[in-house]
Amino acid sequence: MKTSDQIPSAPLAEIRGISKRFGGVVALDQVNLTIRPGEVIGLVGDNGAGKSTLIKILSGAYLPDQGEILFEGQSVQIRNPRSSKDLGIETVYQDLALVDTLDVPGNIFLGREIVKFGFGPLRVLDKSQMAREAENILQRLGISLESLQAEVGLLSGGQRQSVAISRAILTEPKLIILDEPTAALAVMEVGHVLELVHNLREHNIGLVFISHVLQEVFEVADRIVVLRKGRKVADLVKEEASIDLVVNYMVGKIEEKKTHA
Amino acid sequence: MPNHWRTWALDYGLYVVFALLLLILSQMSPYFFTVSNLLNIGSQVAMIAVVAIGMTMVILMGEIDLSVGSVAALAGAITAGLIHALPSEWPMGLWLAFSITTGMLIGIVAGLVNGLFVVWGGIPSFIVTLGALSIGRGLVLLYTGGRPIFGFGDAFGKISWGHLGPVPLPIVIMLSLYLLAWLFLCKTQLGRYIYAIGANKEAVELAGVNYRRIKIGIFALAGAFSGLAGIMLTARLDSAQPTAAVGWELDVIAAVVLGGASLYGGRGTVAKTLVGAFILQLISNGLNLLEVQAYWQQIAKGSIILAALLVERILRGRR
Repeated sequence: MKTSDQIPSAPLAEIRGISKRFGGVVALDQVNLTIRPGEVIGLVGDNGAGKSTLIKILSGAYLPDQGEILFEGQSVQIRNPRSSKDLGIETVYQDLALVDTLDVPGNIFLGREIVKFGFGPLRVLDKSQMAREAENILQRLGISLESLQAEVGLLSGGQRQSVAISRAILTEPKLIILDEPTAALAVMEVGHVLELVHNLREHNIGLVFISHVLQEVFEVADRIVVLRKGRKVADLVKEEASIDLVVNYMVGKIEEKKTHA
Repeated sequence: MPNHWRTWALDYGLYVVFALLLLILSQMSPYFFTVSNLLNIGSQVAMIAVVAIGMTMVILMGEIDLSVGSVAALAGAITAGLIHALPSEWPMGLWLAFSITTGMLIGIVAGLVNGLFVVWGGIPSFIVTLGALSIGRGLVLLYTGGRPIFGFGDAFGKISWGHLGPVPLPIVIMLSLYLLAWLFLCKTQLGRYIYAIGANKEAVELAGVNYRRIKIGIFALAGAFSGLAGIMLTARLDSAQPTAAVGWELDVIAAVVLGGASLYGGRGTVAKTLVGAFILQLISNGLNLLEVQAYWQQIAKGSIILAALLVERILRGRR
């Protein structure tokens, strides 16, 4: 994994000239973005800068008006959440999209349950197999939970976030989008989630990390992409960026400069 | 109160209340703990309990079905009408089977219509099934002309008066359906989705599951249970009354809610619903043994349900 820092690998996803309008409002304007495997991109910007619109295009919730998306070198159309998942893109939503009354394996496997056998639409769940595999995934990510049988509604914010991330990596995706993964967490738990993001990078997965907290972004990201009013105004390697610089881009004190796309 | 006590009370409190009721009733009357009285209670509760299976599933999805009584009456009346219309060239047994199947199908169609209005029409199930309650009852009155249809012979009556060994058939029907429903909800993927839909349907949708189809299917299944219970009632009374099953929705919802299912969806079990249904029946039975006037019985029943829910609310805290 260390080598990926020196030798740029082939891009995992390339977003080229994506635009999106809602009525008269331009949400995204000719945005370019390249994501490489094993790379964490910190996506930042003020409210309404276009962050959510951009990730919703990648996760299949919105269709772009203009532009092209290349995934592993192929031009692709992401029409709905299903086709995004089929490409190998998983999104961990801000509200986590967990079912509070189900246990941990139940949530990790929601929609892709392992079944023993079935009669037509009646498929019998293989609960012990799901519990074992859930345990494996959690272990791989270095997550420890007291009990897998607990309803996830009873877990802490950080534990819930861990479950949501475990759920996302179940299908071994190539790209994971984390939408404000630390927004609802206690300070104590933020560290755990950031560590988790580090672990994910080791698996050679491309990551898009969205956060309002620039300290966190600097802690986990390799590159920092700043959106402002729907335009990409900066695309910085972390080493050449500072919090002040990024803030200046975010609030428009420094105008857009051409950087490597 | 320590937390684990609360959890224990929430998980097992219902069974304690059930056991206490049995104890109290057996002290009150020497006839209570006789086999014939217990089997009689089981037969009485069977119809409400069967409807309560479908209602539990509907409530688990965070919906409600107020039309169960009307749908039961409609299925019962149409089955009754068909039995009377026996064509001379059909053998009796086959025609009975056809009549009963048609009655059940009426229930399924009614449930399907409810489900379609809720899911595709986007109308709250409370309103949809309130409408269906009224329409269904109107159809029953139209079909029967406001007069009971009665007298079907012994073969049909067996549904409610027959026995399997020593056990009355309604009890056999009820217990086997509960067993199947329990397996369905606890062991299958669809069963799990029913819980998940009630708890967070957006999450289910994002997981790529078509929850709309499941919802419609469960409304249809609930209709089938209502239809079956309506046919059982017609067989039990040997008559389809135009006012049959009026108010069933209240008894059924009371049983489900007493069983601890959350009206917000996602929480509840059929086993506890069955206990809830029995508790309600035992209270009636006990008040009868005490010769309490019927008007007071209604007041007592309602108060007990409210008290039970209040206790649960307190035990759950603010969640």
